[in-house]
Order: sequence, then structure tokens, then C-alpha cells
Amino acid sequence: MSTFDFLLQGLLVAMQPMNLIYALIGVTLGTAVGVLPGIGPALTVALLLPVTYRLDPGGSLIMFAGIYYGGMYGGSTTSILLNTPGESSSIVTALEGNKMARAGRGGPALATAAIGSFVAGLIATIGLAFIAPAIVKLALVFGPREYFALMVLAFVTVSSAFGDSTLRGLTSLFLGFALAIIGIDQLTGQTRMSFGVPDLLDGVEVTTLAVAMFAIGETLYIAAQGEQGPDKVEAVRGSVWMTGQDWARSWKPWLRGTVIGFPIGAMPAGGAEIGTFLSYATEKRLTKHPEEFGHGAIEGVAGPEAANNASAAGTLVPLLTLGLPTTATAAIMLAGFQQYGLQPGPLLFATNPQLVWGLIASLLIANFMLLVLNLPLVGLWVKLLTIPRPWLYAGILTFATLGTIGANPSVFELGMLLAFGLMGYLMRVFGYPIAPVVVGLILGPLAEQQLRRALAISQGDPSVLFTSPIAAVLLAIAALALIVPAVLRARGKGQVLSQLAASED
Amino acid sequence: MKHFLMTTFLSAALALPAFAADYTIIAPANPGGGWDQTARSMQQVMQQAGISGNVQVQNVPGAGGTIGLAQFSSQGQGNPNTLLVGGYVMVGAILTNHSPVTLRDVEPIARLTGEYEAIVVPASSPIQTMADLVAELKKNPGAVSWGGGSAGGTDHIMAGLIAKAAGVDPKAINYIAFSGGGEALAAILGAQVTAGISGYGEFESQIKSGTLRLLAVSSAERLPGVDAPTLKEAGLDIAVQNWRMVAAAPGLSAEQKAAVSADVEKLAKSPQWAEVLKTKGWQDTYLAGEAFKEQLDKDIAATETILKDIGLVQ
Repeated sequence: MSTFDFLLQGLLVAMQPMNLIYALIGVTLGTAVGVLPGIGPALTVALLLPVTYRLDPGGSLIMFAGIYYGGMYGGSTTSILLNTPGESSSIVTALEGNKMARAGRGGPALATAAIGSFVAGLIATIGLAFIAPAIVKLALVFGPREYFALMVLAFVTVSSAFGDSTLRGLTSLFLGFALAIIGIDQLTGQTRMSFGVPDLLDGVEVTTLAVAMFAIGETLYIAAQGEQGPDKVEAVRGSVWMTGQDWARSWKPWLRGTVIGFPIGAMPAGGAEIGTFLSYATEKRLTKHPEEFGHGAIEGVAGPEAANNASAAGTLVPLLTLGLPTTATAAIMLAGFQQYGLQPGPLLFATNPQLVWGLIASLLIANFMLLVLNLPLVGLWVKLLTIPRPWLYAGILTFATLGTIGANPSVFELGMLLAFGLMGYLMRVFGYPIAPVVVGLILGPLAEQQLRRALAISQGDPSVLFTSPIAAVLLAIAALALIVPAVLRARGKGQVLSQLAASED
Repeated sequence: MKHFLMTTFLSAALALPAFAADYTIIAPANPGGGWDQTARSMQQVMQQAGISGNVQVQNVPGAGGTIGLAQFSSQGQGNPNTLLVGGYVMVGAILTNHSPVTLRDVEPIARLTGEYEAIVVPASSPIQTMADLVAELKKNPGAVSWGGGSAGGTDHIMAGLIAKAAGVDPKAINYIAFSGGGEALAAILGAQVTAGISGYGEFESQIKSGTLRLLAVSSAERLPGVDAPTLKEAGLDIAVQNWRMVAAAPGLSAEQKAAVSADVEKLAKSPQWAEVLKTKGWQDTYLAGEAFKEQLDKDIAATETILKDIGLVQ
């Protein structure tokens, strides 16, 4: 049977009424946990594993797939409306999405996130079905030195989230690096900067930092301004739906986000966040409306949201073809497979084609369901913004605190949340950008570990970093991205660039 | 005599709730890992086999389980309804992290499962046997890079033991720690490292499909259904198993301890548990009471020696 026949057969399995109900339960639960900061899809699937033991393997895996995709959808809603990223992969969405929501364009922002996620999920799932074996080969070529080159590229592109001052941006980034050093060093098992506090052994949790800096810091800032706060939140201005122009500006970022997110999700050491950073930077470079970036550019929501959903599908590539879980959720789905005596890996496609194709088909169905579930809710969600500000921000505080406590019931974690919230407030007061701190915390350890691994394998010879073709190409792109703007500036075209930079927030 | 009978009845009546106790099992790791899976399997079996009506699993991740261990020993003090899952990796983590709380601060009940380590190379590697790998290691210890899990964990300890048994300085080994078995597996498949060490289960499907070559397993005897020599057959006197255990809180009375031990024994002897072991591919290594404590002390001493040899513990 050809791949296509298998897929059709899978669709028939997934369309059975009971399986449709499992998919619906999955996407609803997934959206809910995605909305709550701290509680992620991994924990939800883990809690459901014993419950699903009595179901047939197809049904429960379909439900898990729904939760997984739903979580990616749900994370964007709170990022856009409340500036509180529900998952680390929706941090970038908050940058432009929340600005849009404050300008009364919350509807289009949510819509482009939902449709972008749908488009990306659809394309990436089809990609999973047809090119998984090729993608996985590419992913295995990536060793420590290639990952290090990818991180260097990510650092260069991250500078697009710096705002108007490179110095302030770099200060924020290095603050993130400093926080990233805290905890047990992965390569030697030794503790760094934990000052004997056991709670610091595992480092600073990314979601805690993100929720604190974005939500708590913002709340304090607004509260400090009192009644005469300048930026009045408008719930709806113009249409709740996307205009023709919104569509025209969204479809290319959706596709580009998919192309960036899918292979990065498939890489064993990739991660959904990196795809969203790269997508955001790409859109900022390519946009025809650079003046809007930092003030609510729709491209900055469309691209990263497509990228994080595409990488969710990408994660399933190594899981199904190698039995290699690359995220916590994937690890639990692996446990789910094992519960039924199935071992994902090179043999799974051959030994259990019905199940694999049933899963892929149900991902397609979950994706449709999410769109149907989320689009009508857009009108309802934006009403959140009509809540009077004192109530809204009190609600955000409660929500952020509950989410953190829910994920890790510890007093120390709550203390960190408040301390970082205060830091976020001070950084806003003194005009330092927030996002680079979180970016530094995510990318810093990845870059450090991969560099040290690469050098350990080569026994200390640094030339190894440039001798791999992939690493060399990635480093060359990074160098170009640094040098070209500098050259343009030197040739007198810098005025345009600096003007663009100055208009950023 | 009458009085004695009364007290017996009374204490039996008091002890009764403990037999049908609700349990909270602490998994000192993130959802998805081996300890989490052990805790959740225990939850499932305890409920199915009627050992306990209500079992909760709580994840307290971090630092090789030492964060969960510390929290358990302080907050669980004297509570007979909490259990902690742990294992061999915790022994190493306690030493490398200088954890103020050790396994002596909790009440180890029993060893439940175990997994043997496998040494593999990618199929494209010129190395065919364990003897080839040892020869390479003797020639230039730094040129042989070992890919495996976290630093100071079972995989790292294995690499150190192999070097020591081969007469190579364990400090000279070039061990590359990856976060979790998944990332290490990718690096081994991509031939980024010379050889890989991890639990046999992590590699099983790759070995069967021929993308990895299995050189040796760390069990004392050959494993049924696995076509590879033990390290002892390959001339290296090593036997290591990555075991998982369950502990109770400190400060329990003798009766409470006995009740928990009885529940754990019921779990380990139940047909449902046997079924779990089969589907997960875990070895049954049930060992309880004093025999387990003695073995635990031996393992801790041996681990401390090798971690000092590798240079992770001063």
C-alpha cells in the first residue's frame, strides 16, 4: 500500500464517532491547559495515562495528540490578551500580539494566531506523513557544533527584539545569561551560583521568569501609573475579524513560520522557542511595515504562532521514526505507546501502520477541530479586555500566581516570581527591553552546552566549529546578518535604519 | 491475658486504616522519565490490586532527585502515607551535588526494578567488538568520546568503570553528557560520538533494526533474547544495574514501617505488577528489608569510590 492509501485508511479510523469524541475531549483539555500558565500538556497527559489504560490504543493516542496540539493553540490566547505567555513557545507572540490587543486589534491577532496555527499544523502534519524519514536524516546530521552555529544565528537574530538601544538590549540579554548559569552544570554535574539553596539547584524555570517579567512586571507598572495611565486599552476598534489587509499580510508569515518551525521541531535539541525567535526575526526583516514592529505588527504574531505549531508536529518526527522523545510531552506519549506494548522506532511504521497512520490522521482532525473551537471564541475572548482595568490586572495577578503554584507548589518559587516581577517593573521604568532576558535564559545554556560538547569531542580543537559544512553556512548567515546593516550604515543609508530603530518601542 | 488481648485488638483496629491507606507517591523527576513512570505504574497497580483505594502521584523534579528527596525527608517526617521513588542515579547525584540530605535520612523499603546498561556503537563504526573499543581506549583515552546521560549518572559511572577495569585512568575518559537518553541517542546515531552508554531499553529498537551495534551488556549473566556478551565475558570485571527503589518517610513507628513494607510487598508480588514489568521491559529485582539496606550501603560505597576515581567527587 502506498503512503496515501495508509493515510486514507487512517482517516477512516480517526473518523469513527468514538475517536472523534476522544479528539474533541483532547483539544478542549489541551486548549484549557495551554491557557493556564505553568500547567502544560506534559502534566495533563501524565495525569490521563492511568485513566486511558482501559481505552483502546488508537483512542487514547488520538486524545493525547489533541491535547498536544490544543496546548500549542491555547498558549497564544493569554499571551495576546493578557501579556502572560501560557507556554515558553508563546513568549514571542506576546511582543506584538499584546500591543495589537491594546490597540483594539485583539480579534485579528487571535484570528491570525488560530488560522496560522491551523495552516502550519496542516502542512506540518502532512510533512510528518510524507517526508519524516528525510527530515530525520537531516536532524541526525546536527551534532554539537551544528547546534552551536544555530544558536549563534539565533543570538544575532534575537537582536531584532532589542528595541531602540543595542546597549540596553545587550544588558537585558546578559542578565538572562547570568540567570541561566544558576543551577547544576549539565556537563560536569557541579553546582554553580546556587549559594547552597537547594531550590536553586535546578536553575530558574523559564515559565516562572516569563510570567513574572511579562505579567507581574506589567501589572506593577500599570498600577504605579495610577489613574492617568497614558495607554488606554481599547477592547475593539474596527472589526473583530481579520480584514483583507490582515489576510494579505498574514499568509506569507504563516508559510515561512511553518518552514522554519517544522525542521527545528524535528531536531533532537531544537525546541519550539527557537523556531519562534527565528520566525519573528525573519518577519521583522522582510516586512513592508517595519514601523509597526513593536507597536503591534500582525506579521509578528502570524509567523511565530505558525512556527510553534509546526514544531509541535516536527517533534513527532523523531518520536515516531526513532523512538526519540525530544520534549516532556513526547516523552509521556512514548510512555503511552509502551503502555500498549508498542515500541516507537524504526520498526513502528512497518509493524503497526494502522496505528501510526491513525495517529497522523487524527492530528489532522484535531487541527480542524481546534479551528472550529477557537475561531467563534475570538469574539468572546476579546470581551475580556472590556473588564475594568483594576479588575483585569488583579485577575492577571491571581492567574499568574495560581499557574506558578500549580506547576511547582513551593514558597521559594513564589518568591522568585515576585522578585522577577519587581525586576520586570524596574526594567520597564528604566526603559530596558524585557524579552531578551527570557531569550538569554533559554538560549544561553543551549549555546554553552553545545559549544563545550563540540570542544570536548574534538579534544579542545576550536577549528572543528567551522569545518562542518552546515555549521559553516549557519555561521556565515549569522556574520552576514551582523555585517550588512553595519555596511549600509557606513555608506550613508544608516539614516533610514536608525529612524526605523528609533520608532521601535 | 485479657488485657493483652484487648491491646492486641485495639492496636489491630488502630492499624487497620493503615492497611487500606491512601498513598501519595513522590516522583522526584519530571513527568515522562523512569522514576515518574515507576511511580505512575505503582499508582495503577496499587489501585487495581486493591492495596489502596486512593493513590496520588506528585512530581518534584530537579537535581537528580535530590530536591524531591530533601523535600520528602523534611515534609514527610512521620507520615506513613507518603512514598518516594528513587534509584541508583540518586546515589550518584547525592554525592556530586553534596546534597545535605542522603538516603540515610529516609526509610528505604525495597528495590523494585532494574535495568541493565548497554554499550553500543553506530552501525557505520569500524569498532566491531568490546575488545576493539578497549584497544582504542588504551591507545588514546581522549579520542574515544562516550555519549550518555547526565554527568555522574549511571552511564557516566559505567564509562569510568570500563576505563578502570581496562587499566586506563578514569580521569582521562572523554564523557559527553547529554540531557536525557533521547538526545544522547541522536548523537550516537549521527556518529557524533565514538560509543554510547545507556539503558538497554533505550537502544533496543535501534539494535533490532540494525542502526546500532550492541557490544556488551552490564548484567552478570547473559540476558535472555539479547545477542551480546556480558562485560565479564569481554574481560572486564564489571556488573552494574540501574535499579529503582521505593522509600518511606523517616520517623515511622515499627508498626507503620511493617504496614508500608507489607503493602509494597503485595504490590511487587501482584500479577498486575508482573504485567507492568513485562510491557515496560523492566527486570524484577525485588529485594526488601535488611538485605536491601546492606546492598544499598555496598552500592553507595562503590559509587563513591568510582566517582572519586573519575574526579567528580573530591
